[in-house]
Amino acid sequence: MNGKHDITLTINGQAYAIRVEARRTLADVIREECGQTGTHLGCEHGVCGTCTVIVDGAPVRSCLMFAVQCDGAKIRTVEGLADGEEPHPLQRAFMEHHALQCGFCTPGFLMLAVGVLEREPDIGDEDLLDILSSNLCRCTGYANIVKAVRAAAAQMRRR
Amino acid sequence: MKPAAFEYHAPKTIAEAVALLAEVAPDDGRILAGGQSLVPTMAFRLARPAHLVDINGVDGLDRLYLDGNELSIGACVRHAAFHRPVVDGRLGLLLSSIVRHIAHYPIRQRGTFCGSLAQADPASEWCLTAVTLDGTMTAKSVRGSRTIGAQDFIEGIMTTALADDELLTEARLPIPPDDTRFGFCEFNRIAGGFAVAMVLAAYGLKDGVITRPRLGVGGVEERPRRIPEAEQALEGRSPGAQAFRAASAAAAGAVDPMEDINTSADYRRDLVATLTLRALESAWS
Repeated sequence: MNGKHDITLTINGQAYAIRVEARRTLADVIREECGQTGTHLGCEHGVCGTCTVIVDGAPVRSCLMFAVQCDGAKIRTVEGLADGEEPHPLQRAFMEHHALQCGFCTPGFLMLAVGVLEREPDIGDEDLLDILSSNLCRCTGYANIVKAVRAAAAQMRRR
Repeated sequence: MKPAAFEYHAPKTIAEAVALLAEVAPDDGRILAGGQSLVPTMAFRLARPAHLVDINGVDGLDRLYLDGNELSIGACVRHAAFHRPVVDGRLGLLLSSIVRHIAHYPIRQRGTFCGSLAQADPASEWCLTAVTLDGTMTAKSVRGSRTIGAQDFIEGIMTTALADDELLTEARLPIPPDDTRFGFCEFNRIAGGFAVAMVLAAYGLKDGVITRPRLGVGGVEERPRRIPEAEQALEGRSPGAQAFRAASAAAAGAVDPMEDINTSADYRRDLVATLTLRALESAWS
């Protein structure tokens, strides 16, 4: 029952060879075994979205996957967004548009929006609103998050 | 808020998957597909399966293809596969408009069409779709394979015709005739929330009158179903306000709505009337 699995998670290009119980969620393992605590955990049942990471190109809730399912998968977390000291365009847009206050939900919103904008750079405003309703923010009222993501989308399209 | 311990199995073929399931089913072994309903249930410890058979690595279950006059949807086809039309014509457009009502974008990247059917939540959009369009489900086990019609497959709240050792490998939706029009309308209180009520309408037109009407209601009773009284009110009538209002009244009168802490039966019945009217109008426009 408590058998452990030897798996390798590739997070932001770095391989982590770890041994985990099957019951451990991807979110917990990213934070605890791999020490990447930028990914936050809120509700732990898929509602709040702060644990959103990108797995093999798709933004997903890391609390609703088991780490053992991600053996060999390419995982991206908020730690991998900046290019050295240079923030990702979306991170810069969040600063410029005051799209965060306490910051707890921010890693999830960043990974959600980056995951979507990379796949659908020409996404319309209505669809973007629908997608941003996936995650919860209790500080901003969302207006500035929407502004920041729209600004970053325009900038990412120009690059 | 952390799932209890379980034994993890990752078969590579359907044969391996059903053999494993047969072995572990008596010990509360279950299938893990998208996990977007099962894993939260495990986090709450409402489910504590001793074994999970993960079918995400099973060869061929991610196939989505047109097979003659049927759309075949493999057990691991994600909701997100339907964001863009998967078939030409109105059916593809219908499915892509319905999928937007299912939870949220990140959930739709993992959750599966067949998983929704196997979960059989009364508020499931895909259960309503399968029932209204006469879909069929393929169940496989070491004992063999069988095909089950959607209405028989969904037996009640979170209850299906699947035996403990059976794997739902595929769902099939028949492609309706080209001239079929569709309308789908759902009411819920928050973005991505469960449907409080929803209606799927489909009909063709022959010599200016409605033919082959289908009117399915979901989220209202313990399982989705077609409403024959509403379909009779449409058959052979000219499409328009008069026929649509008659069908709307017939649907509202025929349902036996569930109640919950936020929603009385009368309120759900009112929603059925309104959503029926809107779905029929949307199919016509």
